[in-house]
Amino acid sequence: MERIKIATVWLGGCAGCHMSFLDLDEFLVDIADKIQVVYSPIADVKEYPEGVDVCLVEGAVCNEDNLELIHKIRARTKVLVSFGDCAVTANVPAMRNQFGLGNAESVLQRAYIENAQYNPVIPKDDGIVPKLLERVQPVHELVPVEYYMPGCPPPADRIKALLGQVLAGQTPKLEGPQLKFG
Amino acid sequence: MAAKTLTIDGKQITAEEGETILQAATEAGIKIPTLCHLEGVYDIGACRLCLVEVKGTPKLLPACTLKVAEGMEVATDTERLRKYRRMTLELLFAERNHVCAVCVANGHCELQTLAYSQGMDHVRYEYTFPKWNVDNTHRLFGMDHNRCILCTRCVRVCWHIEGAGTKNVSGRGGKSKIITDLNQPWGASESCTECGKCVMACPTGALFQKGSTVGESERDRDKLEYIVNAREKKQWNA
Repeated sequence: MERIKIATVWLGGCAGCHMSFLDLDEFLVDIADKIQVVYSPIADVKEYPEGVDVCLVEGAVCNEDNLELIHKIRARTKVLVSFGDCAVTANVPAMRNQFGLGNAESVLQRAYIENAQYNPVIPKDDGIVPKLLERVQPVHELVPVEYYMPGCPPPADRIKALLGQVLAGQTPKLEGPQLKFG
Repeated sequence: MAAKTLTIDGKQITAEEGETILQAATEAGIKIPTLCHLEGVYDIGACRLCLVEVKGTPKLLPACTLKVAEGMEVATDTERLRKYRRMTLELLFAERNHVCAVCVANGHCELQTLAYSQGMDHVRYEYTFPKWNVDNTHRLFGMDHNRCILCTRCVRVCWHIEGAGTKNVSGRGGKSKIITDLNQPWGASESCTECGKCVMACPTGALFQKGSTVGESERDRDKLEYIVNAREKKQWNA
């Protein structure tokens, strides 16, 4: 049997969803011979590959790198899952949207100039530090998404429920408290 | 009181004249989702979560304000209703900044619970990200307008249970705002009796008790010093 190609991606989020993914513990061992992790922050692969079966996307789309990557992911992935509240709702990273136009500039000013103790300078080297977008957006506002897994972070049993159904070839469905935001 | 016979979800029930469909359904063990309804306070049909279908009427009607009538045929759980309930919830989430992860009401929120019980896994509408402030001027309570759904439970308990009339609504539509007195800071309100009923009534994290939010836990270290002092020097002075 050919292994299911799985990717996990970390956009604008805190990595908490990935911590929760690692919380799957022995389930990871159970599925190890059924899947192949082809791209992930915990697997050192530089380029998002073609022909990915399932991709879990953590994080909101916050900067130009995120935006470019999410379109690449969509083009190269069969099943895209919005993984956690930042991907599903834009969550905490999107709180800067409330400051309206120019919010990106003002948060950078606050973080790197006003709160800097030493060497106050906004990092903006081209090709090294991606530019912040004017508006932080959830994944589905930019590309079509197959399934949604809310939670901040989604607890391991929720990830297990969804992944288990996907690996069994079923259409995954989360219900009731398994859909809780926050 | 005259009794009325009607059917709700195909179940034949008897209700007293003057009762609402919500009351009659609840008595018959039929659960209709509600949000602005609060037991003990009069209903206003604001949130539209309890909408039901009534045979012979093209409009959807709120069960909390709709009175029972003889021969009425009511449906509370149809595909059409589920569609509109989910839409209503999504619009509520898109209208203000409901960031569950950092909300004081996370895990104790009626909006959050309703969302997952109605199968809302994401919001299809564009989030509006409006700019709202937090009124932290009161010594005991706070009001975070980002989390407000304008159900007016706080206004109703303030006027009709406490009788203080401190809480009011200003503005129109989505820009409506819960205000204290004539839009004074809550801390400057002379009519507020500090009874806390509005905080108890709030379904979301819009109204909260101070000292319960993230990072607000204050330690009373003097207590430790008092105990150590008492133990070592046998002095029990506070």
